[in-house]
Amino acid sequence: MVKEIEILTADDAELMRISREGMLSLSLNEMQTIQAHFGTLERNPTDVEIETIAQTWSEHCVHKTFKSTILYSEEGKAPEQIDGLFSTFIQRATEEIAKPWCVSVFSDNAGIIEFDEQFNLVFKVETHNHPSAIEPYGGAGTGIGGVIRDSLGTGLGAKPILNTDVFCFGMPDTPYTQLPKGTLHPKRVFKGVVAGVRDYGNRMGIPTANGAILFDARYTANPLVFCGNVGLIPRNRCEKSVEPGDLVVAIGGQTGRDGIHGATFSSAELDDTSESLGSVVQIGNPIMEKKIVDALLQARDRNLYRSITDCGAGGFSSAVGEMGEEIGAEVHLERVSLKYEGLAPWEIWLSEAQERMVIAVPPENLDELMEICAAEVVEATVFGTFTDTQRLQVFYEGTIVGDLEMEFLHHGLPMPVKEAVWEPPKHPDMASRDRGIGVENLSYTKDLEQLLASPNIASKESVIRQYDHGVQGGMVINPLVGVENDGPSDACVTTPVLGSRKGVIVANGINPKYSDVDPYLSAAAAIDEALRNVVAVGGTLEKTALLDNFCWGNPDKPDRLGELVRAARACYDIATAYGTPFISGKDSLYNEYRDTTTGEQRAIPSTLLISAICVMPDIQNAVTMDVKTPGNFIYVVGNTYAELGGSHYFNIHGFVGNTAPAIRPGEGKLTMERLSAAINRGWVRSCHDCSEGGIGVAAAEMAFAGGYGMSLRLDGIPTGEDIDADDFLLFSESNSRFLVEIEPQHQQTYQNHMAGIPFGCLGTVSDTSEFVIKGKSGRLIVETSIHTLKSAWQDF
Amino acid sequence: MAPKALILRTAGTNCDAETDMAFQLAGAETALVHIQHLISDKVNLADYQILAIPGGFSYGDDIAAGILLAVEMKHKLTDALHRFVEDGKLIIGICNGFQVLVRTGLLPGNGASEMAQRATLAMNTSAKFECRWVDLETQESPCVFTTGVKARVYLPVAHAEGRFTAPAKVLSELEANNQVVFRYAENGYPNNPNGSDSDIAGICDATGKIFGLMPHPERFLTKWNHPRWTRNPTNTQENSSEEGDGLVIFKNAVHYAESNLL
Repeated sequence: MVKEIEILTADDAELMRISREGMLSLSLNEMQTIQAHFGTLERNPTDVEIETIAQTWSEHCVHKTFKSTILYSEEGKAPEQIDGLFSTFIQRATEEIAKPWCVSVFSDNAGIIEFDEQFNLVFKVETHNHPSAIEPYGGAGTGIGGVIRDSLGTGLGAKPILNTDVFCFGMPDTPYTQLPKGTLHPKRVFKGVVAGVRDYGNRMGIPTANGAILFDARYTANPLVFCGNVGLIPRNRCEKSVEPGDLVVAIGGQTGRDGIHGATFSSAELDDTSESLGSVVQIGNPIMEKKIVDALLQARDRNLYRSITDCGAGGFSSAVGEMGEEIGAEVHLERVSLKYEGLAPWEIWLSEAQERMVIAVPPENLDELMEICAAEVVEATVFGTFTDTQRLQVFYEGTIVGDLEMEFLHHGLPMPVKEAVWEPPKHPDMASRDRGIGVENLSYTKDLEQLLASPNIASKESVIRQYDHGVQGGMVINPLVGVENDGPSDACVTTPVLGSRKGVIVANGINPKYSDVDPYLSAAAAIDEALRNVVAVGGTLEKTALLDNFCWGNPDKPDRLGELVRAARACYDIATAYGTPFISGKDSLYNEYRDTTTGEQRAIPSTLLISAICVMPDIQNAVTMDVKTPGNFIYVVGNTYAELGGSHYFNIHGFVGNTAPAIRPGEGKLTMERLSAAINRGWVRSCHDCSEGGIGVAAAEMAFAGGYGMSLRLDGIPTGEDIDADDFLLFSESNSRFLVEIEPQHQQTYQNHMAGIPFGCLGTVSDTSEFVIKGKSGRLIVETSIHTLKSAWQDF
Repeated sequence: MAPKALILRTAGTNCDAETDMAFQLAGAETALVHIQHLISDKVNLADYQILAIPGGFSYGDDIAAGILLAVEMKHKLTDALHRFVEDGKLIIGICNGFQVLVRTGLLPGNGASEMAQRATLAMNTSAKFECRWVDLETQESPCVFTTGVKARVYLPVAHAEGRFTAPAKVLSELEANNQVVFRYAENGYPNNPNGSDSDIAGICDATGKIFGLMPHPERFLTKWNHPRWTRNPTNTQENSSEEGDGLVIFKNAVHYAESNLL
């Protein structure tokens, strides 16, 4: 049943063969460290032991890249040593910002912030990229299932109240002939992922009310699936502990051979043979997970257990290993409830079978716990005890099959030193005049329609309607808003405590296209966008926390890692400038595809998702993005610059450009704070952030969502530099800008309030469906109707 | 004494908390009860005046929506359920609960004794889950839950299997007995989100005491749940009633129980 792995006598080549063939994803240095450790013990490791170490040390579980020392070089600058991206840029930002309402950051399965006198909120976003590439439905479903268990495994367990999902796919019109070998068509991935998230989230009864879907050809072989969950937890249930003598109890689904090696699999690149690795993708059962939630929250409220964590990557091995890290644990694998016979001990130990939680139960509480589980028809199995041995001891039918020191398991990993280089890319200079870009006196009606119809901007209603966003009864700002409930809301707002007017805002920001110019600016823009979305519905910077989710290529390659350094540095700079702390985060690296016949290697665009959560004292102050009343004024808030590098306008014309939107956090913070105050005083009827497609797209969306036309003039746009070209004014994607609708009765008050902030009146809401924009010189440059614009936007 | 409402739960029920809240706001004393506790007689159905079967995906909606819970209720709670109906007590099934009531035969119903399925809620004609708000027309009916409900109500639906369909004979009986309680106000997709026969969104039994509907009144308990509340003129926002249009359905049930069942 148990194999000894011969490593004591192995040379380097043999060590690497063992790592590769065992799917361990361990580096040579790591294998040598294991070899040396067992050398002092004068024995070989068992398969249970080496698998346990591989899982615990995997990139997925331990985030080596974010913790290791990086030697960073950038043209024209002295080389720099960074002692851990996480501690230098992410954790330090949170420490310096030091918000008193941060309850728990980076330590538990999710970050915790204060909500009201009774409850806190937990928030976590994860990725499930590799599984979703191979099996989109199962991969995405278990992605959302996994992050829900993160909420449930935080503190002593939070009730899941909201899901957010962000997907990045290849272009939906990719010709089949251009599909990389062994990959699924983006449309099939899209459909499967949406169905997976829909079926899991809906069955769990958790509203899915926020998200985004992006398309780029480079995601074809490596789609990204970000799944997030917000949970509500009583304030006195946020801490966990484990005592020797507590029982190790598994709750939920049975253990099978599914999902073995998920952690190590996701710490490697995909290639054209990955599709045959079916067993690494887990199988989801949302009703099982719902039953666990039902049972555990009752047990939590009766204080029946002291600690809880979910079985995610690495299964029991990492769950028990983490819970017992400080004291020790012994488990008896033959007691585990199995789906079928025939599993080797290491398979039981490593299985990532879904819907399982591990709790630490004082023996005197076991009967009461079992009673609850019986009533909810959920299986609970005692399969071990927490000890004071400082060892992780694994038994199978009375024989010890694994015996590891906690110290070595959790602190024996040699941290690599990695090299990173950043060299700004030079994209071809925009041959603007030849292509009719940046030229005055043209009509931009078609450009506007084309932008609205482009996959990244177009309506996602067909997806959103498949998600139940009303369940739990607390939704107050839906993902779709406006006179026909089909406009794109900037963020969602929900009231997790029924009967209370206290709200939670959830929003996101993501701009991988700017990474092609500079990942620093891409990350900065993602933060700015997430915060804009929060502010646009009535939230404040003061009460906003962030999550960072990095999806990157292979960080062992210095150029990819250089991009990661740029982005992480932006996280520190911008988060501290805005005063918005990170409370949790995750990274998914090695999102690369290798064609084993041609050797061709492709990475995804460096992608940072920023998720924002904000506590709103009174939902009555929320606003939506749809225009409300003809005759109201439309203002633009925040300076526009000629910043179209990586913009959607350049993209539809085939350019990348070299000037991505810069970040001016000082200006941005003042703008957002002042605007938040205006919204919360009731002076703003509608508000929409300017992001993809700039002012042009934002104005069009506000107009057709509200069912009224607009009459606008670009000379009202405040600019931070001289811009002559109407299309630049209209489509630049500069950060920290909003469009707002102001009633005539509040105009003066509003203008006085905004003094000192760049703003300008663009025009008015009209009582017809005509949507017209005059250029700087007064010439009509957009002349269309909201119906035409809306159908372009909806034609996706 | 307040009437007692039992909110039935089982694996996959997920609208129980807001249904519970609705009955509490309406003045009932409520209990969330797992079906296991009814089957094991730990809880006695006879102690309650109102039975609510909330939305969700009971047992994952395996086989078809609501069928397993319906079978369980029919075969494991047979006597208790019969007595509850014979005593003229109230039953409401919302979304998955409606699917359950139809599959038990309690709706459209044919007197208390018959528990045979005579209609069904089939897959939406759009062939997918639909989450959207729809306009409903309130019909003349004996339904005690909808007394005094506005002629037109706006409520959300969220389901994949909501297309009410039945043999012509059953449909004409429903019409003849005024058992149709709510119709989707505008014919055709998307306001009729599922393609139901005769735009049927909710029905009651001939006595009006058993009521099932696909829309979710428990998701519209406050004015802030309305998807367009931000479009109300600002000067009336603070003054207008904070109550959502869904609450009256639960209030009606509680009032009826207060007057007739205590």
